[in-house]
This record gives sequence, structure tokens and C-alpha cells, in this order.
Amino acid sequence: MTSLLETLFTTPLWSGLIKAIAVFSLLMLTALVLVWFERRVVAFMQNRIGPNRAGPFGILQTLADGLKLMFKEGIRPRKVEVGMYLAAPIAAMIPAFLIFMVVPIGAPIHIGDATVTLQGADLNVGLLVVLAKSSLAVYSIVLAGWASGSKYPLLGGVRATAQMISYEAAMGLALVPVVVLASAQLAGGDVGLGTMSFATIVELQQGSFRGPIPGWFVFWLLPSFVIFFTAAVAETNRAPFDLVEAESEIVGGYHTEYSGFRFAMFFLAEYINMFNVCAIAVTLFLGGWLGPGADLPYVGWAVPIFWFLVKTYALLFLLVWIRATLPRFRYDQLMSLGWKRLIPISLVWLVLFALVRAWQSFGAPWS
Amino acid sequence: MSLIDYLPIAIMFGIAVGFAVASLVLSRLIGPKNPTPEKLEPYECGIVPLQDPVQRFPVKFYLVAMLFVIFDIEIVFLFAWAVRFHDLGWYGVGAVGVFTLLLIETLVYVWKRGALDWNIAHRRRRVVDRQLREAA
Repeated sequence: MTSLLETLFTTPLWSGLIKAIAVFSLLMLTALVLVWFERRVVAFMQNRIGPNRAGPFGILQTLADGLKLMFKEGIRPRKVEVGMYLAAPIAAMIPAFLIFMVVPIGAPIHIGDATVTLQGADLNVGLLVVLAKSSLAVYSIVLAGWASGSKYPLLGGVRATAQMISYEAAMGLALVPVVVLASAQLAGGDVGLGTMSFATIVELQQGSFRGPIPGWFVFWLLPSFVIFFTAAVAETNRAPFDLVEAESEIVGGYHTEYSGFRFAMFFLAEYINMFNVCAIAVTLFLGGWLGPGADLPYVGWAVPIFWFLVKTYALLFLLVWIRATLPRFRYDQLMSLGWKRLIPISLVWLVLFALVRAWQSFGAPWS
Repeated sequence: MSLIDYLPIAIMFGIAVGFAVASLVLSRLIGPKNPTPEKLEPYECGIVPLQDPVQRFPVKFYLVAMLFVIFDIEIVFLFAWAVRFHDLGWYGVGAVGVFTLLLIETLVYVWKRGALDWNIAHRRRRVVDRQLREAA
């Protein structure tokens, strides 16, 4: 049995297939739990009960809703551009699933002689891949808005595009200090290079910052973390940045003309993206799967996964909390927050951090 | 690091596309199909649309897109330096410092030009103010 598993995990094709299926199942399960989690938490915050009928504590509510949408009529309005209209929901799903492939969810485990990384693919350009795929997510929204041939989707689509690309610039700038810090921590590494690999960045966060405080990057890079998280909320079009689907102004935004399962795909992609950005924030700033107890007997391999999920769900709770608390921005406030606050602050912070870090690493420039 | 490391991502791409297409096809097969002319009209809050949707939108969205292209390309350059931060030492920090100062200067310029003001009324007022000042 062991030898079979070993063979499976040392053959690239089979291990790739297993990992892809595992990540796919994880994300589908997460989306199901997350929708229920959000509705339930928001309900409690608003002094309601929330979904509690389908399954224990209503946890199967999302599954029930999904099945219902499956059996609904998919209306395709007269004015749509058929090809792009049908392609947009699929284009929304793909980047959502692909982004999570580079995030490590646990420490590498050993099966016989084979070492299995609990990560879809450990790419040395992991961070760039994430940025590239989150850019691709914009396409589905602009296509959906444009191809619907209707007013509200078009407005929602262009709004969403402007919002997402604005905050993407801030998000990219907030991630540069992470790479700088990783490079300084690696102190040149073997080949004189830093790293953008997620697995290495997690390993660099072992050790301690000061005394008992763990060496998570957030303690060095708190401003970056705050900017990244703000931009991530805007990237996923969540409240208070949900002008894209502001129902009081533009009905359903870019998915007004989508019904049945086509709508469900946009919904699913949105929730998977929420999980993705929180998982990325945890990996880059909050030490990923690091945590005490990884040397316990028998369950030691599962402890890192536990810590990863705990941290990610803590951030997801924060997202839901923000949604339940803050009112929606006005569009000009949204744009000025992105361009006049987040981008200048992250530029200045980047310069400051690079100067301080260079001083620590190389001494004074004149010495 | 070779191309084989990207294999799981390629497989995932296949799974994602397969899942999306399969569930859409399945939903089409089992869902009812009962189109009526009213149902197929574009959404207009329950009334019959009076005019065709205007496929035009304010030019300021283009402006944001152009600014994004500028900044995003500059971020890519920053990543290239960040990876070799330790290797390049003070030389790298100095070069990127100059680069980032230029970036900040660009931002200040477009800011002062009013390109970052979403509210066109503000932008127009600023221009009018300047013309008045120059005339005075």
C-alpha cells in the first residue's frame, strides 16, 4: 500500500491529478460552508436566526440553494451577445480555482520515501501567478457586463472594472515589501536570489520577531498587511466596496441578466475568491500553516492544516464582520480611497521600509 | 524548476473548465424552458424598455484604465528588484528610490491635473478657478 502511494506521489501526472482534485474538493466544500457561515454570522449580528433548517444548524442550506438554482430556467435575454454571455461565468470560475493552487495549506508530509507538499504547485513565481490570475478575474466581470446588452449590467461592469484595477495597483504595491523582506531574510540564498515562492515565504516566518512573538511578516509589515487586506476586500467586491452590485442603484450589477446556474457560478466564484484572498493574506503575513503542536504523535501532520484553516477563518470572520458593520462607500469616495490614499501610502511605506531594511542589512550607505 | 511543475495547474484548469461547462449543460438539460417575449426583454424594473441600452459610458473609466496600466507596469519592475534586494544592496535601493520618486511625482502630477477626481463637477470647477486666477 505504501509503495503504491509512493509511486503515485512521485509520478508528476498522478500527484498533479490528486492535488488538483484535492484542491478542487476543498474549494467547493469551503464555498458551501462559507456561504452558510456568512449568512449565519450576519444573521446573529443583526439579531436574526438565519438559515437553520437544512441539515444540522442549517449547514446544508447552500447545497439546497445550489440544487434549486440547478433546476431553474436559465433565461437568456434577447439582446445578449451569446458567445461572451455564456463564456463569462466560466471565465469567473477559472481564476478562482487556479489562484488557490499555489497556496500551501500544511507542512510537507512524508509517505515512505516520498515527500508530499500540501500545495497544488510550488512555483518559484507564486506571487506573480497570484497577481496575474487576480487580473484575469476582471475579464469575466467586464465581459458579463458588456455582453448582457442591458443598462445596469453595463454600468456595474465598468464600475467593477475601474474598482478592481484601481485596487489591484494598491494590492501589488503592498506585496512588494513582502518580497523585499523575504529576500533580506534569505540573506541572498544559495544563488543570490530572493523568493516569490509561497512555500519558502512560509518557512521564512519560522523563528521569532521579538521574544515570544512569532516571526510572522505582519509584525514587520503591518502597513502592508492593512493595505493588502483593504485592497483584497475591494478586489472581491465585498461590502463596503460592493458598489458593483449596489442593488439600490444598479439592481444586480454585472449579473443582473444572469439567472439559474449561470448566476450561481458568479456567486460561487465570489465566495471562493474570498477564501483565496484570506488564504493568501494568511500565507504571506500571518505565518501560513505555522503554529505549535506540529510534533504531536499521530495527528502531527494535521496540526498545520488546522492552524491554516483557523487563521483563514479568522480573517473570513473579519470580512463578514466588516460587511455587517460598515455602510457602502460612494463611488467617488471609493476611487479617492484607492488612488489618493492607498497607493501613495503604499509607495511611501515601500521606500521607508526598503531604506530601514537596507540600513539593517548593509549598514550605513557611506560605510 | 521546470515546466512539469505547472502540470497540477494545467490539470486544475481542465477540471475547472470541465466542472463549469458540465454543470451549465446539466442545468440546461434539467431546467424548464419556457421563454416568453416579456421574459426575454432586458431588465428594466418591470416595465418594457423604452430605448436600447446605450453601449457608451463615461470617458473617465478609460482614464482609470490608462493610469492602471502605468502603475501596474511599474509594480512589475519593483518586483524584479525586490527579489534581488539583498543581492543589489544600496545600489538597488538607490536606483529604485529614484524610480519610486518619479512614480510618486507622476501620481502628484495626475492628482494636480484632477485626473484622480471622480467628480467631474469638481474637476471642471478647478479648471474654471484656474482660468479665473489667470485672468485676474
